[in-house]
Amino acid sequence: MMDQAPAFMLVVPVFASLVLTLIGPLGHRAAYGLLIIAIAVSLAAALATLVQVVQAGQAVHYRMGDWMPPMGIELVIDHLSAGVLVLISACALLTAIYSMHTARQDNPDRLNHYYALFALLVAGLLGMTATGDVFNLYVLLEISALSSYGLLARGKGKAYYATFRYLVMGTIGASFYLLGVGYIYIMTGSLNMADLAEILSRPELKESVNVRIGFTLIILGVWIKMALFPLHAWLPNAYSRAGTTTACLIAPLMTKVSVYVMLRIMFTVFSADYIFQQIAWSRLVIYLASTAAVLGMITALAQRDLRKMLAYIIVAEIGYLTGGAWLANTAGYTGAVYHILADGLMTLCLFMAVGAIIYRTGESTASAMQGIFQRMPVTAGVFLVAAASVVGIPPTCGFFSKWYLLQGAVQAGAWVFIAALLIAGLVAAVLFFKLLERAFFGRLDDAVTEQGSGKPHAAALKIRMQEAPLTMLLPLVFTGAALFGLGIYTNEVVQYLIRWSVPAGI
Amino acid sequence: MLSAAFYQTAPVIALCASLGAVPLIALSRRHPNLREFWTFAAAALKFSMVLLLAGKVLAGDVVEVTLIQVLPELAIRLRVDAFGIIFALVSSFLWIVAAAYTIGYMRGLSEHAQTRFFTCFALSLCAAIGVAFSGNLLTLYLFYEMLSLSTYPLVAHHQDKEGRGGARKYLTFLLGGSVGLVLPAMIIVFTLGGNLTFADNIHHGIIPPGTGDTLVTCLFFAFLFGFAKNGVMPMHAWLPGAMVAPTPVSALLHAVAVVKVGVFCTTRVMLYVFGIDLMDALNLGIVTAYIVSFTIVTASIIAMTRDNLKSRLAYSTISQLSYIILGVALLTPAAVQGGIIHIANHAFAKITLFFCAGAVYVATRKKNISEMGGLGRVMPFTFGAFALASLSMIGAPPVGGFITKWYLLTGALEAGQMAIILVLLASTMLNIVYFAPVTFQAFFGRSQDEAPGNTGIREAPLLMVVPIVAAALLSLLVGIFPHVMMQFVRMVIS
Repeated sequence: MMDQAPAFMLVVPVFASLVLTLIGPLGHRAAYGLLIIAIAVSLAAALATLVQVVQAGQAVHYRMGDWMPPMGIELVIDHLSAGVLVLISACALLTAIYSMHTARQDNPDRLNHYYALFALLVAGLLGMTATGDVFNLYVLLEISALSSYGLLARGKGKAYYATFRYLVMGTIGASFYLLGVGYIYIMTGSLNMADLAEILSRPELKESVNVRIGFTLIILGVWIKMALFPLHAWLPNAYSRAGTTTACLIAPLMTKVSVYVMLRIMFTVFSADYIFQQIAWSRLVIYLASTAAVLGMITALAQRDLRKMLAYIIVAEIGYLTGGAWLANTAGYTGAVYHILADGLMTLCLFMAVGAIIYRTGESTASAMQGIFQRMPVTAGVFLVAAASVVGIPPTCGFFSKWYLLQGAVQAGAWVFIAALLIAGLVAAVLFFKLLERAFFGRLDDAVTEQGSGKPHAAALKIRMQEAPLTMLLPLVFTGAALFGLGIYTNEVVQYLIRWSVPAGI
Repeated sequence: MLSAAFYQTAPVIALCASLGAVPLIALSRRHPNLREFWTFAAAALKFSMVLLLAGKVLAGDVVEVTLIQVLPELAIRLRVDAFGIIFALVSSFLWIVAAAYTIGYMRGLSEHAQTRFFTCFALSLCAAIGVAFSGNLLTLYLFYEMLSLSTYPLVAHHQDKEGRGGARKYLTFLLGGSVGLVLPAMIIVFTLGGNLTFADNIHHGIIPPGTGDTLVTCLFFAFLFGFAKNGVMPMHAWLPGAMVAPTPVSALLHAVAVVKVGVFCTTRVMLYVFGIDLMDALNLGIVTAYIVSFTIVTASIIAMTRDNLKSRLAYSTISQLSYIILGVALLTPAAVQGGIIHIANHAFAKITLFFCAGAVYVATRKKNISEMGGLGRVMPFTFGAFALASLSMIGAPPVGGFITKWYLLTGALEAGQMAIILVLLASTMLNIVYFAPVTFQAFFGRSQDEAPGNTGIREAPLLMVVPIVAAALLSLLVGIFPHVMMQFVRMVIS
C-alpha cells in the first residue's frame, strides 16, 4: 500500500475529476464532498511519500506500469519534490474546504464541472512535481495550464479577456519549453531526467551550442510560466479577475510549481556546474530578480484593487525565489526552496483572507478593509500574520526565508539583490501598513470624535461583528497558524528536506 | 535552595506570564475587575520570577535556556545575566506600579476599548522581558519587533486623526530602522563569524578579528541608528509623535519599556557584540559620544520651548536616553557603570513625571504648563512627586539621578574628555531651566481660574496618587541606597 502512494496521489484526483463531471444531478454537496475526499487522499499519499523519503534518506522511484526507464515513465520523489507535493495537496485541500460558499457563489449553475477542473488542476500540478521525465512534465504542464484557463475564465467581468491573454502567453511559454526539450532530445536521445543528467555531463556536450539553445528555450518557457519580470504582464489581470476559490487555488501554486520546475531543470537535468560555469547568467538573472522584487512591490503599492495588489506581490516574490536560486550558493538555494513553501502558504493565506473580506463586504478595493478589525477580528488577525510574514517579521516563516536569501546574497556579494530584498521588504511594510491602518481606524471622516476625550469612537460602535462563515474561517486560521509553525520548525525543514536536496557543486 | 531545573524554567515563566494573561484578559472583557485581576496576577508572577533570578545572578550564575532551535545554526535562546536582570527588574516592577495607575486613569476617563488596551499592554511587557533575557541577537531582534507591533494599537488608541499620524510615524521609524538597518547588519555579522550569541564579557565582542575597519564601522552605525527606539537624533522624531497615546502608555512604554528597550539593545550590541576593545581600537566610542552629546543638548533646548507638558517630557526623555549611550560610549569603567545605572534611575524618575502629567490631565483636563499655575496647592502629592522626580532628572542629590551624574562625570574625567564634561554640565543647566519652572508655577504661580477653592479641582483618584508617590519614593530610594542596583552593574563590568 505504502509503495503505491505516489500513484494514488495522482490517480485519485484524476479519477475524481472524471466522476465529478458526471454527478451533476446529485447536487452541490456531493460534488463538494467528493472533491474533499479525493484531495485528502492525495494529501495522505503525499505525506506517506514524504515520510518514506525522509526515513529512507533517498528518493522514491515509482515506475508507472512497471516500464523500465529510460523508456517508461518514472515518478521520482526526492527530498525536494516531497515537500512541494505536500504543499500542493495541503493548499488544495484547504482551498477545497474553503470553497463551500465561494465556489457556489461564483458557479451557481455547473459546480460539478468547476470542481472537476479543480481536481484536474491539482492532479496536473502534483504530476509536474512528481515526474522524472521532461516530456511527461510538458504534458502535465499543459494539463494544469488548460484546466487553469478554464477555471480563470469563469471569473467576473473581463475575466475572459484576461484569461485569453494568459492563454496566449502560457501557450508560448509551453511551446518554448517543448522546443527546448526537442533540442535536448536530438542531442541526447533521452527524456528521462536522471538519464539526461548523466548524458549531459559528458564533456563533449558541455560545449555544444545546441544544448545551450535547448537550455535557453526551456528556461525562457519556464520563466514565462512563472511570470518572472519582464515576462509577468499576464499574471495580475488573470489572477485579480478570477473567482475567489480559483484565485486561492491558482495564485499560491501555479507560479511556485513553475519555480520548482526551474530548479529541477537547473540542478537535476543540467548541473550546478553547467549552469554557473558554462551558462553563467547569474549576474543578469540576479538583476532581473532584483528588479522584479522592487518593481513588483512598488506596483503593488500603487494598486487600489486588493487582489491585484496581491498579484503584484507574487511578481515580487518570484523575484526573491529566482534570485535565491541563481546566487549559486547553499544559503541562496536553501532560501529559494524554503521560500517556495513559505510563499505558497503566505499567498494562500492572503488570498483566503482577502476572499473572506470580499465575500462579506462585497467590495474588492482597499476601502473594503475599513474597520475590519471590528467587523471580522479573526480574519483581520490572520491577515496581520500573513502581512508580517511578507514583510519578514520573526517568528513567521517569511523572516527565515529572507534570512537565508540575505545570507546567500551576502556570501555571493550580490549587493544589488540585498538592496532589492530590503527595499521590497520596506515597501511591503508600507503597503500592508496602509491597509491595516484602514482596518484599525475605520472611516475617520464620519467619526465624531471629541478631541482628547475618551469617548468611544463613533464609527467603531456602528460596525457590527460579522465574521466569515466557519468553512472559510477554519482553513484561514489553520494557514495562519501554519505560517508560525513553518517558521518555528525551520530547523527541521532545512535539516530533513532541504539539506538533502542541495545540488552538488554549489 | 531551589533546584537547577527550576531556574531553567523561571525565565520562561517570567516571559510567558504576561503572554498567558493575554487570553485571560481577552476572555474576561465583560468583567472589568476580573480582567484587572489577571493583569496584577501576571505582573506579580513575573516580578517574583525576576526577583528569584536576580538572587541567582547575584550568586554569580548565568542562566541559559534554549527555547527553540529554529535554524540548524541558530536558536531562540534566553540568557539571564547581570546586565539583563537590571532591565528586567526595573520593567517588571514598574509594570505592577503602572498597572494600578493605568486602571485608575482608564476608568477615570472611561476610555473605550479597555480590553484591547490591557491585552496589548501585557503583550508589550512580554516583549520587554524577552529583550532583557535575550541570549543572542536573533532573539533580541524577535522581541524588539514584537514590541514595535504590540505597542502600535496602544499609540493609536484614540483612533482619531492625531492618533493616526502619531502611530504612523511611530511604526515608520521603528520598522524602517529595524528592517532596513538592523536586519542586514545582523545577517552580515552572522555571515562574518557564523555566530550571534552575545559574548560573555564586555571586552571581547563576537566580531571575528581581521574584519575590515570600514565594514565594522558601517555595522556599528547601522545598529546605533537602526534601533530607533533609543531616540538618538535623527531617529528620534517618532517619540514626541507617540505622545498622543494615553498617558499610562507614555509613562510605562515611552519612558520605560520601549525607549529603554532601544537603549538596552544598543548598549547590549555595543558591549557584547562589538566589545570595548574593538570600539576603542577603531575610536567608535568617542565618535558615538559626540553624536549622542549633540542629541543631549539639542533635545534639551527643544524641550525648553514646549508648553505641552507631555511633549516637554518627551524631549527630556530623548536627552536622558542619550546619557545611557554616552556612558557606555566613553568606555571607561566608571562611565559604563553610570550609563547602565541610568537605565534604572531614569526609569523611576521619568515614570513619576509622566504619571503626574496624567494625573493633572485626569483631574483638570489641562495639558499645557502655562495653565498649571497654582495647581500644586490643590494637588500637593502629585506636584511634590513631580518636584522630586525633576531633581532626579537634574541630577541633584539625594535622588537617583545624582548617582548617574557622579559616575558619568568621573568616567568623563577618566577618559580625559573635557568637551563631554562641558556637555554634561550644560545639560544639567538646561534641565534646571525647563524643569524648575513647572514646579515653581504649580506651587507659587497665579491660578488662571479665579479662586482655586471654587473650581472643584482635587487630587486625582487614589489609584493614581498611590502609584505616583510610590514611584517618586523609589527614585529617592535608588539615590539613597544606590548599591542595591550598583551590585549588578559592577558584575557587568567585572
